Amino acid sequence: MEPAVHVAGLQKIFDVPEREAGLRAATKSLVRRKTKEVRAVDGISLDIAPGEIVGFLGPNGAGKTTTLKMLSGLLYPTGGEARVLGHVPSKREREFLRRISLVMGNRNQLQWDLPALDSFELNRSIYQIPREDFLPTRDELIELLEVGDLVRKPVRQLSLGERMKVEIVGSLLHRPQVLFLDEPTIGLDVTMQKRIRGFVAEYRQRHGATVMLTSHYMADVEALCERVIVIHHGRILFDGDLAALADTVAAWKTIAVALEDGAGDLSGYGEVIHRDGDLVTLRVPKAETARVTARLLAEQEVLDLNVEDPPIEDVIELVFAREAV
Amino acid sequence: MSAIPATGSLRREGRARSLVDFYVTTMRLAVVEQFQYRAATYMYLLGMVAEPVIYLVVWSTIADESGGSVGGLTAGEFAAYYIVWTLVRTMNIVFTPYGWEWRIREGQLSGQLLRPLHPIHYDIAEFAGGKIPWVLFYLPIAVVLTVVFNPTFDVRPAEIAVFVVAIWGAYLIRTFNQSALGLITFWTTRVGALFSLYIVLELLLSGRLVPLTLMPDWAQTVAWLLPFRWTFYFPIETLVGDLSSAELLGGLAMQVFWILVGIGIFSLVWRRAIRRYSAVGN
Repeated sequence: MEPAVHVAGLQKIFDVPEREAGLRAATKSLVRRKTKEVRAVDGISLDIAPGEIVGFLGPNGAGKTTTLKMLSGLLYPTGGEARVLGHVPSKREREFLRRISLVMGNRNQLQWDLPALDSFELNRSIYQIPREDFLPTRDELIELLEVGDLVRKPVRQLSLGERMKVEIVGSLLHRPQVLFLDEPTIGLDVTMQKRIRGFVAEYRQRHGATVMLTSHYMADVEALCERVIVIHHGRILFDGDLAALADTVAAWKTIAVALEDGAGDLSGYGEVIHRDGDLVTLRVPKAETARVTARLLAEQEVLDLNVEDPPIEDVIELVFAREAV
Repeated sequence: MSAIPATGSLRREGRARSLVDFYVTTMRLAVVEQFQYRAATYMYLLGMVAEPVIYLVVWSTIADESGGSVGGLTAGEFAAYYIVWTLVRTMNIVFTPYGWEWRIREGQLSGQLLRPLHPIHYDIAEFAGGKIPWVLFYLPIAVVLTVVFNPTFDVRPAEIAVFVVAIWGAYLIRTFNQSALGLITFWTTRVGALFSLYIVLELLLSGRLVPLTLMPDWAQTVAWLLPFRWTFYFPIETLVGDLSSAELLGGLAMQVFWILVGIGIFSLVWRRAIRRYSAVGN
C-alpha cells in the first residue's frame, strides 16, 4: 500500500541575515550583508501509512514545524522528496489542499471580527462543499467539540481554548484525509487538552485519517500515538514504537515499593530517587530489574511493588542528551 | 454521537459555479463586516473626502480668479470632476502592498496558502464586497458636495453604462499592480519605499492630483501609455468629459489590456516569489 506520507532526504535550509548589534555593524551591513545558513531540516526520511497516527517530537527549533509546513505545501523544500497522498506538496495542487489540513495552535485562520459560523460558511465556499454535506458535517463537529454556544460570538471575544476548538471545527469541515496538528493543545487547560485529544482519536478512528502530531505535552503523545518520531537539529534521532523508545534509550527502570514496617534503608537495592512516607521509588539498571525485584520480595515485608518504565519526559530528555540512538 | 460521513466522500461542485459561490459569500461577509464597523468606515470615508475637497477648493478659486476657467475647465466642471473623483477613489481602493508586506513578514499568508484557492481571489472579493457599503455611505457626502460646489454634469446613458464597467476595470488594474508590488516583499521584506514611488507616479499621471488636460502634452502622452490614467482619469472622463463612443470603448479596451498585463506580471512574480516564502511566525 502506498504510504499516506512519504519523505526521503527532505531538506530545508534558510539563509538568515546576521549582524552584530550597533550602528557600526548596521553601517557595515549596508555594504556587505552577512547571512548564516540554518539547516532547519537536514535530510529526514520517513513513511507514514494511511490511517496511522504519529507523534513528532523535538525541542523548540528542532525542525518539527518546518517539516509540517513542507508537507502541507507552505514551504518549498531545499532538497529531497516529499509526497502526501501521492501529491508533491510544494506544487500546492487544489486537489491536494482539499485533502489535507494543518492546524497550528498559535494561529488564527478564522475571521477575527465575525462569528465563527461566518468563517465556516467561507470555508464551505472555498472547499466547494455542497450545502447538503456541509450542514450535517458542521453541526456534528460543533456537537463533538461542544462549541454550540461559541460559534455565534465574534472570534476575537473567545478565549484561547475556545478559539482552538472552533479553529479545529473550521479545519475539518472539508474532512481532510491527512491532518497535520502542530501543538494543538498549547496553552490549554488540562480538561480542554483531554477533550481535544479525545476528539482527534475519534476523528481518526471514524475517518481512517492519517495524523501527524507535534506536542510539548507528552500526555498528548502517550494518549494518541503508538509511533513516535524524535527530531533534533533537523535530523531524526528515533523512529519507532513509543514503548520501544523507552527500551532503547533508557537503560533503567523504576521500582516503586511500599513496605510493611515503614521505609528503611533501601539504597542497597538501587538508587533511591523518591521517598514519600512508606513509599520508596528506586532506579535500577534494566538488566538488574528482575533480580532486584526478587531480592526485595524475599528480603523485605513488601505491601506493594510496581515496576515501571521511566516517564516519557525523561526518556525524551535522554534522547536529546545523547543526540543519537 | 451520530456518524459524520466518511472522509473523502464529499462531493465537489463545478469550478466556475463554486468560484461564483466563493465571491458571493466573501462579498457578503465583507458587507457584514463593514456594517459592523460603520462608524469607523464613515470616519475613513470623511477623511478620504478631504483630499478631493482640497483640490476642488484650490482649482475653483484659481478658475474664479482667472476669469471663470483654467485650461478650459470651469469651476462647475472642476466640481463635477472631483465629485466623481471621490466615487472612483472609493471604488478603486485595493489591498495595498503594505498589506502584502504585513502578510508575508508576519507569516499571515500561511492560512491563505493552505486553502485550495489563490489568495488574490480573496482580496478581490473582500474589497469588492466592502465597496457596497462604502458607496452607500458616500452617497450623502456626494449630495452635500453637489449642493456646496454646484457641479456641471451633462451625462448620457451610454456614459453611465461605461462608467459602471470602468470603475471595476480601474479596481482590477490597481489590484494586480499593487499586489505585484506587494510580492516584492518576498525579496526585500520592506516594500514601502517602492510603493511611495508608485503613488507619486500615480498622483501625477493618473489624473488624481490634477485633471490630465491641465498637464503638458508630453506628460499626457506618457500618461496615455501607462496604466495609471485608466484607473482614475478615464472613469472620471466617462461621466464628466465628452468622449465619443469610440473613445469610450477604446478606454475599456485599454483597461482590459492593463488588467491582462497586471495578471501576467502578478502570476510571473508569484510563481518565483512563493518558493521564497518562509512562513515565519506562523
